[in-house]
Amino acid sequence: MPTTRRQFLNLAGGVTVAGTIPIVSLRPLEATPAMLNTAIRNVVGEAQIHTGRVKLDIPPLVENGNTVPMTVSVASPMTADDHVKSIHVFNEKNPQPNIGNFHLGPASGRAQVSTRIRLADTQKVVAIARLSDDTFWQIAADVVVTLAACTEEMN
Amino acid sequence: MISWRAIAAATLLAAAAPVLLAGEIPPDARRSGYAFMGADTRAMQDDDTSNPGMLFVLDGEALWAKKIGSADKACADCHGDAQSSMKGVAARYPAFDKALGRPVTLDQRIILCRANHQQATPLPYESRDLLALSAFIAHQSRGTPITAGDDPQAKPFVEQGRVLYMQRAGQLNLACTNCHDDNFDKRLAGAPITQAQPTGYPLYRLEWQTLGSLERRLRSCMSGVRAQAYDYGSPELVALELYLMSRAHGLPMETPAVRP
Amino acid sequence: MAALINVPSKAKRGDIIEIRTLTSHIMETGFRHTADGKLVPRNIITSFICRYNGAEVFRADLFPAIAANPYLSFFTVAKESGKFEFEWIGDNGYSSTASASITVE
Ligand code: HEC
Ligand code: HEC
Repeated sequence: MPTTRRQFLNLAGGVTVAGTIPIVSLRPLEATPAMLNTAIRNVVGEAQIHTGRVKLDIPPLVENGNTVPMTVSVASPMTADDHVKSIHVFNEKNPQPNIGNFHLGPASGRAQVSTRIRLADTQKVVAIARLSDDTFWQIAADVVVTLAACTEEMN
Repeated sequence: MISWRAIAAATLLAAAAPVLLAGEIPPDARRSGYAFMGADTRAMQDDDTSNPGMLFVLDGEALWAKKIGSADKACADCHGDAQSSMKGVAARYPAFDKALGRPVTLDQRIILCRANHQQATPLPYESRDLLALSAFIAHQSRGTPITAGDDPQAKPFVEQGRVLYMQRAGQLNLACTNCHDDNFDKRLAGAPITQAQPTGYPLYRLEWQTLGSLERRLRSCMSGVRAQAYDYGSPELVALELYLMSRAHGLPMETPAVRP
Repeated sequence: MAALINVPSKAKRGDIIEIRTLTSHIMETGFRHTADGKLVPRNIITSFICRYNGAEVFRADLFPAIAANPYLSFFTVAKESGKFEFEWIGDNGYSSTASASITVE
């Protein structure tokens, strides 16, 4: 659906009064499911990825893909023997599949991180947690990105 | 292509439901853009430690106390503590300036102070420092009901703004009123059409990923209907801004607001 | 440029506390082009570290898909009074720091 593709890369806006760079041409590369898969394999290696334990809170329909709030939490006691070592978040269709890696430990107390992300288009977001026993757990969520009305891209 | 498609949808919508005579929104039906946003965007505005607009307010606070220009004066040297001296000021801007014989926006007032009282280099419209200062000043009015346009001397300019607001323009031949008075609560390619109440400026727009002025917002609506946008600081843009503020009479200021 | 830090000023020993940080940064993706076709170079924060009395308690690697003015919230166990130090590191030698103190009873 090329017409609904949001021009996510037109980020800081095209207004040049204050001397910002006028950005007009945007033909971003697009990550492919293969790139997503490679990015995931770079983190988990050959290990099996289980489904469950991880929760991904992200609005199913967002008002603007430039700033999407997201929270990942993992069911874990966060003790010295049983905790989450890291959380890795990926996307399917941005020019680059990685979003962020978050490193935690028993001192965290709770395995939960929140941030705000950019989503170029309606797509899938994947969160993977690595536990202290080196098992990997994942969850995926689909996010529909709304177009902003009256943008400055037409200038 | 995208905005074009979006506006085409709006024209369809206008054709299907014949546009009524532009009517003003009665005072008790006036709603800030905040009321049209989703829960996530509201949460971002509500919490000062997660509202990205507050980063600019902090920058503005630092600039307020900084001595600059050949006068080597800070804003604070003349205006003191902004919490009291600037409280409620933004709610009555654009304000009529007797010496100039026309209304000036808050941004223009800051630019004038820099030139006349600090003898410092001018700040361009939409520059980070100007936005930071206006955010810091307007933040002191958070919760204050808007009163801009009450000054009798401002009335002719309010009227000028109203005429511009009602005037059809652009290749799509749409007036501001066609969307913001006749069709608010409807959607334009997924985005809700609001009443265009300028309660939160300068504000953090997610689309821009930065803070921006009301003038920047108006210019995006103008290019949205494929009209030539008025220049920053032009009498037309100031009059539109003044009309919008007078139309929002009584609504509380929200600076720095967050909008999609 | 500004950063906003939210750490409770007081906590009971053993409490799990939330820490929120927001910092000014454009997070230029490196995927955009100017009118004349030149690539706008990437300029992002690539890493964030939080230390609690000197010991690292949280670290993040950030990519261009993190929104402008990065926001991060995470948790830690309040173990003793002292100082949280925050560090953001990025492209072109970017580095900024902030700190906040806590009293643990
Ligand atoms: C040398 C003294 C001086 C300095 C420095 C100064 N101002 Fe002013 N400011 C004034 C005066 C005097 C007025 C009244 C209008 C006029 O005569 O220009 C004013 C008016 C204003 C107003 C409008 C207040 C109202 O009630 O309408 C604002 C806002 C303002 N200044 C902001 C600033 C900012 C921001 C700075 C720093 C960038 C600044 N001023 C620096 C003297 C100063
Ligand atoms: C085709 C419909 C349309 C027309 C015509 C239009 N706008 Fe808008 N305007 C919108 C939509 C949709 C939004 C909000 C959605 C968004 O921000 O993406 C908006 C937002 C605004 C806002 C922001 C309100 C807030 O909460 O901050 C203002 C102010 C505004 N418009 C003023 C105007 C003015 C003035 C004109 C005439 C010059 C105008 N608009 C013409 C559709 C329109």
